[in-house]
Amino acid sequence: MTAVAEANRTTAGHAARRSTKARRRGKSPTLTVIMLVMFAYAVLPLFWLLANASKNGGDLFSTFGLWFGGDFHLFANIGETLSYNHGIFVRWFGNSVLYSVVGAGGAALLATLGGYALAKYEFPGRKLLFAVVLGGISIPGTALAVPTYLLFSRVGIVDTPWAVLIPALCSPFGLYLMRVYAADAVPDSILESARIDGAGEFRIFRTIALRLLAPGFVTVLLFALVATWNNYFLPLIVLNSPDWFPLTVGLNQWNAQANSGTSGAGDATYSLILTGSLLSIVPLIIAFLGLQRFWQSGLATGSVKQ
Amino acid sequence: MTAPAGLAGPVSAPAGLARPALRLRVAGYAFFLPFFVVFLVAVVAPLAYAIYLSFFQERMIGGTVFAGVANYTRAIGDALFGAGLLRVALFLVVQVPVMLLIALGCALAIDSGRLRWPSMFRITIFMPYAVPAVVSALMWGYMYGDQFGLVGQIGEGLGVAVPDLLSRSWMLSSIGNMVTWEFVGYNMIILYAALRAVPGELYEAAEMDGAGAIRIAWSIKLPALRPALLVATIFSIIGSFQLFNEPNILQKLAPAVIGTSYTPNMYAYNLAFNGQQINYSATVAVVLGVVTIIVAYAVQIITARREKTL
Repeated sequence: MTAVAEANRTTAGHAARRSTKARRRGKSPTLTVIMLVMFAYAVLPLFWLLANASKNGGDLFSTFGLWFGGDFHLFANIGETLSYNHGIFVRWFGNSVLYSVVGAGGAALLATLGGYALAKYEFPGRKLLFAVVLGGISIPGTALAVPTYLLFSRVGIVDTPWAVLIPALCSPFGLYLMRVYAADAVPDSILESARIDGAGEFRIFRTIALRLLAPGFVTVLLFALVATWNNYFLPLIVLNSPDWFPLTVGLNQWNAQANSGTSGAGDATYSLILTGSLLSIVPLIIAFLGLQRFWQSGLATGSVKQ
Repeated sequence: MTAPAGLAGPVSAPAGLARPALRLRVAGYAFFLPFFVVFLVAVVAPLAYAIYLSFFQERMIGGTVFAGVANYTRAIGDALFGAGLLRVALFLVVQVPVMLLIALGCALAIDSGRLRWPSMFRITIFMPYAVPAVVSALMWGYMYGDQFGLVGQIGEGLGVAVPDLLSRSWMLSSIGNMVTWEFVGYNMIILYAALRAVPGELYEAAEMDGAGAIRIAWSIKLPALRPALLVATIFSIIGSFQLFNEPNILQKLAPAVIGTSYTPNMYAYNLAFNGQQINYSATVAVVLGVVTIIVAYAVQIITARREKTL
């Protein structure tokens, strides 16, 4: 009764039904126009960002926001952003990649192992442990940020990458998703026959279960990636040295600079912020477009199964 | 706890099998252990430490002393904290229904089969979810602003006076718009995924009975969406109470409007960093968490009760 399997199974029938229905009823122009308004709402701010990241300093203040300026300055702006202050933006970008790849990759792996254990192994305390983790889902990262800072400064790991990485490794929602997914994706009979053949438990996980769990793994990975790449509150408070900032905190620092009132320096910084913002959203948009079918079925698992 | 109820039941039930061998138990613990260690360090320990800190106070003379519930009585009577809570509650009451209604409309439209280019709409409306809250706040903040702001340019072009969207009276609505922009597509996808799981035979039966599109939406789709709507509502409630990123970024654009206690989370943050009041900051974080959980629970219980009477 798990949703992914359910959704996959019904998709075919669904699509068939849909096409006959569409033929019978036809498309509604009114509905399409209303949705075009939503389309504009979603896309125009991003287009504004692209247009203004492509302007030189003068055009930014003198030309209309929803179109490009006199000369196309995007590549010059990118060059300036990457080299400004000895390439600090590149460093921030690298930090974001580090936190996201290690943090989200680790989170997905730990959630997969844990979810598989809860779904496929009987051990005392299993239900209690799962209930505790479910409680953890309801505690959002922002609520934990200040307590985490207080604890980590006591232990002495603030202002190190560990202060960002350790919380990033923990994804209770990922574990919940993987438990639901593993329950159906890995048939008990396969595990049993592997055991009869004498395979060890870890070997069974590595060679059989992991392959069956791959779609769930990618979903958890993608959402952990978003959470880490976009994280702001936690790195803002646990990091002091700009050398360890991720992009989000770095951009905020530039924004503070631009608005600090030291006139002259501010206006040039706006171009850096706009270009930096544009560069920072490109990786995730590519990831989401490229891995559509994974996250869509993954969300189905999380929301449909009640 | 906001996770939907009824999830904790065993998934695999090796009924009739012999007691699982010791080897399997050990393997189960071993697979679960790495996650659990991280969970203890990243979730349980910070919470426990914050609760511990909330019972102490730092005195000028005598250092840190046990304070009982003094920090909690202070938090309950704290006008700044109360004002922040009221502000996010107001935000919640207006922004969450607006966002979820738009998301619901979009999900129904995309699922209706009567929309042109449904998958194009699905992807583009979802796209802002991939944009970091920091970028979203900077972008919208600049568009609202008076330097190279788009809103002002459009107003000028049309010859209309537009209000200052970063002023005291507009700020909360302006933040509401940002949050809606970021999350309307995410909620739409959750609701859409729930609609996809409705068995096709239900629609066929309804159509044979002569039900129109609106009747089907009302009698089949909305009831089927109820669990997903509840999940979306609860996540939105949590998000509202924890509001931090957007006001924290906008503070630099409108320092006179957004103070250090604009939202409870900003208050806790500023207490810890600018005020050096670690113990009281921990207390505010704990109280905020408790209030969030109570409201989320209340919504769940009220919904469950209403469902029973239907």
